[in-house]
Amino acid sequence: MTSINLCICGEAGQGLVTIGQLLAKCLVRAGYHIVVTQSYQSRIRGGHNAFFIRVGASPITAPVGPIDLLVPLNEESIEIHRGEMAADGWIFRDADYGMDGDRNLPVPYASFGGGIYVNIAAFAVTGCLLGLDTSLMEGMVREAFGKKGDAASEKNLSVLARTVEWAKNLDIDFKGLPAPASPSRRMMVNGNEAIALGAVAAGVRCGFFYPMTPATSIILTLIKHAREAGIVMEQAEDEIAAVNMAIGASFCGARSMVATSGGGYALMTEGVSLAAMTETPLVIAIAQRPGPATGLPTRTEQGDLEFVLHGGHGEFPRAVFAPGDVTACFALTVKAFDVAEASQGPVFILTDQFLADSYRAVEPFTWPEATGNPAERDREISPEDYQRYALTDDGVSPRAFPGQSGALVVADSDEHTEAGHITEDLRLRPRMVRKRLRKMARIREAVVPPVFSGDASPELLFVCWGSTMGAVEEAVETLRREGRRAAMLHFSQVWPLRPGDFMDTLESAEKVVAVEGNATSQFARLIRRETGFAITRHVNRYDGLPITPGFILDGIARMGKGV
Amino acid sequence: MVTLADYGEYETAWCPGCGNFAILNAVKQALVKADLAPQQVLFVSGIGQAAKLPHYLNANVFNGLHGRSLPVATGAKLANPGLVVIAESGDGCNYGEGGNHFLAALRRNIDITLLVHDNRVYGLTKGQASPTSPEGFVTKAQPLGNPSIPFNPIAVATVMKAGFVARGFAGDVEHLSDLIVQAISHRGFSLVDILQPCVSFNKVNTFSWFKERCRKLDANHDPTDIHAALEVAMAEEDEIPIGVIYQNDRPPFEDKLGLTANGPVKTGETERREAFEKILSAYY
Ligand SMILES: Cc1ncc(C[n+]2csc(CCOP(=O)(O)OP(=O)(O)O)c2C)c(N)n1
Ligand code: SF4
Repeated sequence: MTSINLCICGEAGQGLVTIGQLLAKCLVRAGYHIVVTQSYQSRIRGGHNAFFIRVGASPITAPVGPIDLLVPLNEESIEIHRGEMAADGWIFRDADYGMDGDRNLPVPYASFGGGIYVNIAAFAVTGCLLGLDTSLMEGMVREAFGKKGDAASEKNLSVLARTVEWAKNLDIDFKGLPAPASPSRRMMVNGNEAIALGAVAAGVRCGFFYPMTPATSIILTLIKHAREAGIVMEQAEDEIAAVNMAIGASFCGARSMVATSGGGYALMTEGVSLAAMTETPLVIAIAQRPGPATGLPTRTEQGDLEFVLHGGHGEFPRAVFAPGDVTACFALTVKAFDVAEASQGPVFILTDQFLADSYRAVEPFTWPEATGNPAERDREISPEDYQRYALTDDGVSPRAFPGQSGALVVADSDEHTEAGHITEDLRLRPRMVRKRLRKMARIREAVVPPVFSGDASPELLFVCWGSTMGAVEEAVETLRREGRRAAMLHFSQVWPLRPGDFMDTLESAEKVVAVEGNATSQFARLIRRETGFAITRHVNRYDGLPITPGFILDGIARMGKGV
Repeated sequence: MVTLADYGEYETAWCPGCGNFAILNAVKQALVKADLAPQQVLFVSGIGQAAKLPHYLNANVFNGLHGRSLPVATGAKLANPGLVVIAESGDGCNYGEGGNHFLAALRRNIDITLLVHDNRVYGLTKGQASPTSPEGFVTKAQPLGNPSIPFNPIAVATVMKAGFVARGFAGDVEHLSDLIVQAISHRGFSLVDILQPCVSFNKVNTFSWFKERCRKLDANHDPTDIHAALEVAMAEEDEIPIGVIYQNDRPPFEDKLGLTANGPVKTGETERREAFEKILSAYY
């Protein structure tokens, strides 16, 4: 057994996310690998919520379907998940729930404390079964409840002790996990936190937002650290205001960002165009959820790729990053700020609800040694005859900031002269268009090429982008174990594409399958538009749930003999 | 000493006889009276005839999108609170397309001065009704007459307890420039709604129409008395009071955030790195 998939579930408001997080953190500290998937409804109380933790002693990268250990905090949860149980899975349910059948164990929660202490007891039972040290769990309870006054902490600790005592003496055939390799010190971070931490590392100074799931936790993480990091955060009156505020701040020299989901981005598109025309760096993080319109607010999808590629009127350069995992969320956010500054325009980080909420154990994030483009900042400007849009060979005009150098800085959303003043000089217009487009070269130079892994000469090549990376990786491993020559080509930057980076790989594969979390294979169509290469086999998921290795393997199986 | 010459003279794209010329003069005079050098000032405008004004003087300028001068100005001020930030645009831009930003700015009370060229019509798009057009105002787009009643920016700003609320008239440059000086020096959000004749598209609210009606507020008016201010704001149009209508000293937004004049723009590299390491420690 390489991993255990456990599911803690119940109603919203029951605190199951808290115990899920505590448990996940213990597992990370003990040296395990985790993939967390959060499934919740768009409501605050009631409804069904589930916190899945897939745990492995060796690296794992994707969520999986079958549940090995179900910890329901209400009776309804049993019915909801019963059909998803692995053949040798166990249900650990409250002794008070009536239930028959095999492989379900009544837990006397009432005798451990009952009421609000059921959570801690559930944490303890699960921790014990997974082989966590009692001292590790105790430490976690102290960290989490110590603040609330010692009494609360003591009470929780005694519930923990009683539960552990009971759980230790259990004699059931629950398959455990091997001990993990000697634990290194790792962080537990989800995708959205990683984006926020990347922004902090990149020196973000101002952030503006209007709350929208599943992007809000990027903002809340920034707000949590704002004082410490010297960041100004403001909740704008709407997304139009948010993006315009970010542009105003960036114009004055503050690295700035906005974070939203598809609907908010719809309102922001005029700002994307404004950033491009005024040549103002802007980082836009978009956490996708299923659309159209309000769609499924708390579920996942990769349905906004084309919208992000094209949102904003007029023609201008942009870059779109699509991190494949939590570590990439951090690194690519740092990079997004650098590319925005180098190209003086809009740059996107495209993620989705699955990755946004997915906690992982990651190697510690490190301070990016060279953030920004110091060279750019130092390009000499002479304040007397400063021109914000001076025509240059590479299209990049040195930036000066109002009130900081003596130069007067004039920026315009109208077509403008080199000095930044409104113009209708139609001979100048094409020169300005070309100047702006020339900056694409800078973006192109900095492109993160797709990553190839698996069989060196594959008969079956999976093409994917963004958060589906882990699932494809594991599907490829499984196929290779079955003797197939399978491989993955994963794009963590989806615009611009540099065909030279990947055409050989595409053309040499016998069969190519695109795996996407959308219904219309948007990325496959992008590849075709840019390269002429037509991918004709697709695995698409658009029911709001993340793509799993099993989903991909099923998809392949359905394609029949030829694949 | 800052002089008018520092602010330059430029050719404009306005119709001869337009009220915008007088407003431009008043703005320049105000900056000189306030002894502000062009480098200290950032003008943020939207789109419209009024919004072109910042192109016609020397200063830092961000001429953004229709309706969005206030959000850009807000972001700029937060990034660099040391700048004098003036948002300048038409009534359509601020009260129509940017209406939500106007309401939010009143509540936020950030130290920005908003100058609205209120010609009660959409100038640049050739004469459609604007949010401040009178009821019944006939245009090509409202051939049966404007069915809506006009927006009252002064009353709304007063009710929302904006920091500084004034009305000026393009026909009295001296008085208008004094109002602008006061608006700039007020710490908090300042609105100056400027009655502006549009010779091309507003044949109702003409220069002489305004001239006959505008009356300077008498010296007894107490702008800190919100009830008195509301009465002035709600006055019928046969007499239009101009001057400082309402004012309070509630602390500006920047103070609540604890921003210094430097704002977040200049936080040092070493400090940032130390903060980063400390922040990460919570994730182990
Ligand atoms: C998003 C958007 N919608 C519409 C326009 C067209 N437009 C330009 S200016 C304007 C109205 C101008 O009226 P006002 O703001 O009162 O300024 P004025 O020209 O009268 O000074 C409109 C509708 C635009 N530029 N952008
Ligand atoms: S259209 Fe009206 S507001 Fe615009 S410049 Fe002409 S007179 Fe002035």
